[in-house]
Amino acid sequence: MSQRRTVISEPDKCTGCKICEMVCSAVKEGEFNPLLSRIRTVRLGTVVNTSLACRLCDDPTCVRACPGKALSQDEETGIIHVDEDKCMGCGWCIEACEFGAIAMPKDRKHVIICDLCDGDPKCVEMCPQEALSLKTAEEMGQTMRKKAVANLLKLTV
Amino acid sequence: MNGYAGKILHVDLTHGSTSADEIDEGFCRKYIGGNGFSIRLLYDHAPPNVDPFDPDNPLIFAIGPFAGTTAPTNGKYIVQTKSPLTGFQGEAVSSGFWGPALKHAGYDAIVIKGRSEKPIYLFVDDRNVSFRDARSIWGRDAIETLDLIKEEIGDDNVCSASIGPGGENLVRYANITNDRHRQAGRTGVGCVMGSKNLKAVTVRGTEGVKVADMEGTLEYCKELYELCQGPLTGAYRSLGTQVSIMIHQNQAALPTRNWQESTFDFAESISGEYIHPRWVVKTLACAGCPIGCDHVSLVKQGEEGDVLASVEFESLYALGSNCGIGRFPDVNRAVDLCDRMGVDSISAGATIAWAMECYEKGILTEKDTDGIDLRFGNSEAQLEAIEMIAYQKGKLGKLLAMGTKEASKKVGKGSEAWAMHNKGLEYPGYDLRGLKMSALGFNTSNRGGCHLRNSSYDFDLKGKVDRFTAKEEYGKLVMDRDDMWSVVDSLILCKFSRGVLDTYDKFVKLYNLITGFEMTAEEMREAGERIWNLEKAFNVREGWKEIDDYPAPRIMKEPIKGGIAKGHLVTEEEFRLMHKAYFKERGWSSEGIPTKDKLQSLGLDRIADEIGVEAD
Repeated sequence: MSQRRTVISEPDKCTGCKICEMVCSAVKEGEFNPLLSRIRTVRLGTVVNTSLACRLCDDPTCVRACPGKALSQDEETGIIHVDEDKCMGCGWCIEACEFGAIAMPKDRKHVIICDLCDGDPKCVEMCPQEALSLKTAEEMGQTMRKKAVANLLKLTV
Repeated sequence: MNGYAGKILHVDLTHGSTSADEIDEGFCRKYIGGNGFSIRLLYDHAPPNVDPFDPDNPLIFAIGPFAGTTAPTNGKYIVQTKSPLTGFQGEAVSSGFWGPALKHAGYDAIVIKGRSEKPIYLFVDDRNVSFRDARSIWGRDAIETLDLIKEEIGDDNVCSASIGPGGENLVRYANITNDRHRQAGRTGVGCVMGSKNLKAVTVRGTEGVKVADMEGTLEYCKELYELCQGPLTGAYRSLGTQVSIMIHQNQAALPTRNWQESTFDFAESISGEYIHPRWVVKTLACAGCPIGCDHVSLVKQGEEGDVLASVEFESLYALGSNCGIGRFPDVNRAVDLCDRMGVDSISAGATIAWAMECYEKGILTEKDTDGIDLRFGNSEAQLEAIEMIAYQKGKLGKLLAMGTKEASKKVGKGSEAWAMHNKGLEYPGYDLRGLKMSALGFNTSNRGGCHLRNSSYDFDLKGKVDRFTAKEEYGKLVMDRDDMWSVVDSLILCKFSRGVLDTYDKFVKLYNLITGFEMTAEEMREAGERIWNLEKAFNVREGWKEIDDYPAPRIMKEPIKGGIAKGHLVTEEEFRLMHKAYFKERGWSSEGIPTKDKLQSLGLDRIADEIGVEAD
């Protein structure tokens, strides 16, 4: 995962507008429906807002959990592929994923997972708050360090 | 149909039955959605002169073609009914996530009639509609009700619009709450909901929304999002509506102590500039909003616990300066209480301010206030009053729950002279005496004293017109904005996007991408004019007279006491000059009644026969 870029959401910037869900479902399914989105937003107790999508884990728990071998990870990109014919919609991968990044739409027999839109995700492009970005762990660390220093200076000025 | 769900849900609470109507392209083009749909439905479904509390008074929820798409600020819905506060058309717009949920459930509007025998809430679960027992949540506050219903159904995807104790107890200005901090606030729509024994309308929608040109829609929305992150919406993103406190203060337009003054000694301490670094903890947006204007404040109240609230400018005026209260933590707490009780903070604050003036003048005594020391500036008294209003407790609660107009009529003794409302709807925080175009725009508003029917204050406060001089030309300026805002409330867009989405050309560009209709800018403008005329026709049918538009007496008789606007007021002659010019521009009679010709030209033939007059 460390060298791979994933869709990252910064909760301090996220306003919870759900535009990412609308954009994702539009691109992947041709209609606006948050339940068909590969990225999902969470609002906890009003003030905590963020979005979650696949983290491209190494040795991913979702793949290990799948009893039908319907999930597989692309060695090069780290993207999780869903074999829709093999997937029986049991939902074990949803339970196994520690990031809540897998969904199973109503009336479907298979799960849906973010595939990063060939490395150019539309949700990142459209996020009006620039809360979403495509980053490696190192790049995310850099962002967080800058924020931490900025906060520290604000406190001491 | 693209954009629209294509269906209207009809609910009869008395018989526990539901049915659905299809709508066609012709209806959509004529009334657009939201406000247009709901006023047409109100006109058709409310029996003439119906009592607002009669089960036959319909309570209508409606959304527009943009809800549930990527259109910027598409999270809006409107509630329409005959208002128990004004006796005229009552409408209230809210935001958040309820509107898109209704679209995903497959409806553009819900028309609710009748009265349930027992408290219930309506559950619109896609196309399955059920009536659920609400006895266990009746009495709970408006915010916790939302969570209780979510827990009961066990799905975060349900979204409710609920009333609090204010609506249950028929406070005339009770509101409807969704997504914790968003309300359909004005004209007492929550009171009508309470009269129907309806605690909430809960929606779960799982269907997709289809649009005519997906690629074009996304491309145009991206362009609009970028503009929404630029200077055209800057104030909303940085301080939100709280920015207006100091603007109004500096312009001597901040009504203070029930409009006795127009500047407030403690304005700075309730200003966005002061509040933000101290208490604002998060900025939120509603569905599909690329702006984000909801700056949530958290005030630690020691033993009383933390109070988290969403405090808009209008609440800072109504519960702050207008009641002489200048500590933000006090206002924050009062806003939270109003929101929990489910009462409109503008009307509640303004009605309490009226009572405070009565109290200081000796017209209301401690006997009338149940022992509360209702002086200006007493925030504890204000909190007690809010709670008494919500439960209609004691003499004071019962009196103030009627709203300023009826309360001043009941008390008399000259107190009507400082009852600050138009048609029964309490004014928002713009001192109209030094904002003369607004004096026309706020008072010709069909729903009563309101800043959002045409936002005429833009012209006065930004120096686009001479704010101190009444002119006939304001008639056309107000009319054009009425019509445009009727479209905005029908699509439904948030008015805070108006720096970006500011022309009919832009509205139709987005509308056509989403619906696939080939509407022209002129056709859409005409729809706005049609919707406004229909609102007016409804009011005329319910007894509207020219005099109902006149500003509150204080605006016409007592000049502003200090600041840049010192000495200004709007005389009766000045108002008449603008009013008659407005009627003329509208093509109405000289007494302000829509003419048969005008109504027919807008395709409202039956209504022309019912209320239209000959041109004079």
